[in-house]
Amino acid sequence: MPKVEIDGERCKGCGLCVDACPEDVLALGEQINLSGYHYAVVVNSEGCSGCAQCAEVCPDLAITVWR
Amino acid sequence: MKQVVHRPASLTDKVFHFCPGCHHGIVHRLVAEALDHFGVRERTIGVASVGCSVFLYDYFAVDVIEAPHGRAPAVATGTKRVLDDRIVFTYQGDGDLAAIGTAEIIHAANRGENITVIFVNNSIYGMTGGQMAPTTLLGQRSTTSPYGRDRLRDGYPIKMAEMLAALEGPSLVARVAVDRPANVRKARRVIRRAFEMQVEGKGFSFVEVLSACPTNWGLSPREANKRVADEMIPYFPLGVMKEKDVVDVL
Repeated sequence: MPKVEIDGERCKGCGLCVDACPEDVLALGEQINLSGYHYAVVVNSEGCSGCAQCAEVCPDLAITVWR
Repeated sequence: MKQVVHRPASLTDKVFHFCPGCHHGIVHRLVAEALDHFGVRERTIGVASVGCSVFLYDYFAVDVIEAPHGRAPAVATGTKRVLDDRIVFTYQGDGDLAAIGTAEIIHAANRGENITVIFVNNSIYGMTGGQMAPTTLLGQRSTTSPYGRDRLRDGYPIKMAEMLAALEGPSLVARVAVDRPANVRKARRVIRRAFEMQVEGKGFSFVEVLSACPTNWGLSPREANKRVADEMIPYFPLGVMKEKDVVDVL
C-alpha cells in the first residue's frame, strides 16, 4: 500500500502539501515541532495513492513517498 | 513498495533557512535534481547572488562562489572561460538580476556564454525587507510603494525573459512556475533542458522561475502560493520564449 511520511522537524507548516493532495490525506497538526511550526501530519493514510504531488510542492523536502 | 521521492545527492542535509512556503526550496531541489541527472555534481560550480539565495553554499553539495551583488553572470563568465570543463550556473533573485545586475545579465546573454542562469522572480526584495523591485506588479504594495506600484511614478514591471529572448545570444530562454505539482513537473523539464544545453556546449540558458514570498507579500503561505497563479502568471506568461538547438559558429 502506498505510504507517505512527513519529517515533522523539517516541516515548516506552510500547508502547500495539504492543498496539493487530491485525496485529503494530509492536514496541519495540532502539535508544534522544535522550530515552533504546526507541522503537517497524515490524517487519512488509507486514501494515499502514492502520487507524490505533496512531495512535488514541498519546499523543505520533508516528505517521502513509497508506492 | 519502493521509495519514489528521494533527496537529491546534490543537496546537503541542512534544513533551509527560507520562510515557510517560500519557493526557493523547490527551485533548489529542481536544480539539484538536474545536476544529479547529468552526473555533474563533482564538476559543478554554482555562483550565488545577494539575496535570500545567498546561502547556496550551505545547501548545494557543489563548489559555490559568492558574487558581488548582481555580478553573478560576470563571475560565471570568467569561471567558465577558465575552467571550461565545469558546469557553471548562477542562481539569482529579481532584486539581484533585474535591478543592480541588469547590465551583467544582458551582456552575458548577448555573448551567449555557455552558462546556465536560474532567475527566481518573486516580485519583491525578499532579504532586505520587502522593498519594491523592478518586477513588482502594478498596484502591489511593498515597503517602498505603500500605496501600490504606480506606473507613472515607478514604471512597469520588467519582463526579463522576454527581454533576453529578443537577443541573438541565448540558446534557451524560458519562464516557469512552481506553484502546483503540474507546474513543478514542467519546471523540472525546463531546468533539466537548461543544464543539458550547457552540458552539450550549446550556449547560454536562462530559466525564470516565478516564486512566492509570503513574508513580504503579507500573505499566508497558501494565499501567496495562490497569488502566483492569480496575479503573477497573467502578467508573466509561462513558456519557452526561445530555444535554439545549435549555436551559430560563424
